[in-house]
Amino acid sequence: MTSSEKKQLQITACKVRMGVIESTYGAKAGHPGGSLSAAEVYTYLYFKEMNIDPKNPKWEDRDRFVLSKGHTTPGLYSVLANRGFFPVEDLPTFRHIDSYLQGHPNMNMVPGVDMSTGSLGQGVSVATGMALAAKHTGKTNRVYSLLGDGEIQEGQVWEACMAAAHYKLDNLCIIIDNNGLQIDGNIADVMSPYPIVDKLVAFGFEVAAVDGHNFDELEDAFNKARETKGKPFAIVMNTIKGKDVSFMENDAGWHGKAPNDAEYAQAMSELKAKLAELEA
Amino acid sequence: MADMIKIATRDSYGNALKELGAEFDNLVVLDADLAGATKTGTFKKAFPDRHFDCGIAEANMICMATGMSTAGLVPFASSFAMFAAGRAFEQVRNSIGYPHLNVKIGATHGGISVGEDGASHQCCEDFSLMRAIPGMTVICPADDVEAKAAVRAAYEMNGPVYLRFGRLAVPVFHKEGFKFEIGKGEILRDGTDVAIIANGLLTYEAIEAGEKLAEMGINAMIINMATIKPLDEELVIAAAKKCGKVITCEEHSIIGGLGEAVCGVLSEKCPTAVKRIGVNDEFGHSGPAKDLLKQFGLCCDHIVEVAKEFCGK
Repeated sequence: MTSSEKKQLQITACKVRMGVIESTYGAKAGHPGGSLSAAEVYTYLYFKEMNIDPKNPKWEDRDRFVLSKGHTTPGLYSVLANRGFFPVEDLPTFRHIDSYLQGHPNMNMVPGVDMSTGSLGQGVSVATGMALAAKHTGKTNRVYSLLGDGEIQEGQVWEACMAAAHYKLDNLCIIIDNNGLQIDGNIADVMSPYPIVDKLVAFGFEVAAVDGHNFDELEDAFNKARETKGKPFAIVMNTIKGKDVSFMENDAGWHGKAPNDAEYAQAMSELKAKLAELEA
Repeated sequence: MADMIKIATRDSYGNALKELGAEFDNLVVLDADLAGATKTGTFKKAFPDRHFDCGIAEANMICMATGMSTAGLVPFASSFAMFAAGRAFEQVRNSIGYPHLNVKIGATHGGISVGEDGASHQCCEDFSLMRAIPGMTVICPADDVEAKAAVRAAYEMNGPVYLRFGRLAVPVFHKEGFKFEIGKGEILRDGTDVAIIANGLLTYEAIEAGEKLAEMGINAMIINMATIKPLDEELVIAAAKKCGKVITCEEHSIIGGLGEAVCGVLSEKCPTAVKRIGVNDEFGHSGPAKDLLKQFGLCCDHIVEVAKEFCGK
C-alpha cells in the first residue's frame, strides 16, 4: 500500500479507538482492552479488505465478518459507524436500555453485523458454516472471523478448525488476537493455548504470524490468505491489549471495565494527540 | 391391532428429507457421525453433495448449520436428542434461537424407547430445554404420516424448529393425505369424561386406552398434540371445559414438557385437575424398549389405570 493509504488507515484506526472509548464510557461498561488491541485489523478489514456496501448491509454477495470474540463489540460498532453503517454519534448509547447497540453483537438490530455472537467459540463455527455455504452455492464471497486468544481455550474452536480444513474452506480466514491477556490474567498462566501457530498448522491451516498493529504486515497476510487454495487461512496477530491508551495497555483489568470521567478524559486526550500527530 | 404397519419416526425423517430434497435445492442436511441411526443416510444416498458430516462435534454442527442458513440454505441439523438438545443446548439457544435463524433440528432417539443403550442416551429433557428458548417451535409427531408432514411443515415455515423422532417402530394410524398444521392439536376421539392429551408414541397408546375406557363406560376424549410449542391453547381449554379432567401423556420427564405446558395454560386460563403421565423425575436404564415403556408406565394399561382412578371408577 502507498504511504498515504497507510497513513489514512492509521488515522481511521485512531478514530476507531476513540469510538471504543466513547462507547464504553457512555455505557459505563463494556470491553475496551480487546477492542483496542484489534483496532488495526477491524480497520483493515472494513476499509481495505472486505467487499461490503454500507448502503446495502444485507447485500447477498458481500464478504462476511463474524466477531467470534463478541465482547469486543465496541471495536466492531466503532468501525461499522466509522465506515458509515450507522451514525458515529450513536456510539455513546452502547448498552443503554433503549439503544440498538446491544452489549454483544446483534445481527437483527445493528446494520452491518453479520452474526449475533457473544458466547465464545460459536462465531468461528458459524463462519465455517457460512464459508461452506458459499462454496456449496458457488459464491465467491469470503468469510472472516476474529477470535480472542483466550477464546481458543473453548473446545468448539478446534471442532470448527477441523471442519474448516476437512471441507478445504480456502474462502475462510480466521484471525486470532493474541494480546496475551484474559479476564483472570495472562493466558499462559490461566490455561495456556500455546503454541498457537503450531496448533493451527497441525489442524490443517495455512498460518501467518504478524504484528497486529502493523498495516503492512496485515496486508501481506490478507493477500496471502486470498491466494491460498485448498485450505483455510489463519492470521495470528501479536498485539497489545488496550493499545494506544497508556494506562490500559497490557493490563488485564481493562478487559471488561469502562473508564471513569478522569480516565475517559485522559484516554481521549491521548488519542486526540495521536490523531493530531497522524494528521499533521 | 397387531396387523398395523409399524414405522419408526426416525425412518420417516430420513424419507421425508429425501422427498423434500428432490423438490428443494436449498435443503441441506448436517449430521454428526450418526447418519445411519438418524436416517439422514437415506438423504445422503440420494443427495451426497448436500449432506455434510460434521463428525462427532455437535456444538460445531449446530453453529455450522446456522452459518449455512444465513446464506439462504435450509439446513436440517441431525443427531440424537440427547446431543442435539442437550450437549448443544447453548449453541441452539445463542446461535439459532437468539438471532431466530431458519435452522431445523432433527433429533432422533428421543425418550426411553432408545432402549438398551440406557440412561446416557435416553433424553427425556429435550422438550423442556427447547420449549424454554424464545421463538423455538417444538414438535414431536406420533407416527410415520405425521412425522413426514411435520418435516415438510418445518421446511415450509421460516424460523427455528426442533423436531423429535423415535427409534422404536410405532403403529401408523394417520391416513396418507393427513393435513398437518404446526400449532394445531388433533381430536382423535371425542369424549366427555376425561381429556387425554398425548404426543409421540404415547398418542397411539392413548387411542387404545380410549377404546378400553369406553368398554368400561368412561368416555375419553383423545387428543394428539404433536406441537408442544406453540401449544394449541384453544383446544386444550375447550377439552378441559368439556371434560373437566385432563391427562397428559408424553415420553419425556413430567418436568417441563407437554404436561407442564398444558398445566401452565389451564392454571391461568381454565383451572382444571390434571394428571401428568411421563417419566417421573428419574433416569431410565437399559432394557428392551417395550419393556421399559411398560415399566415406566408409558403405555395403554397405565393410561387406563390413571383415567379410571381419576374418574372415580
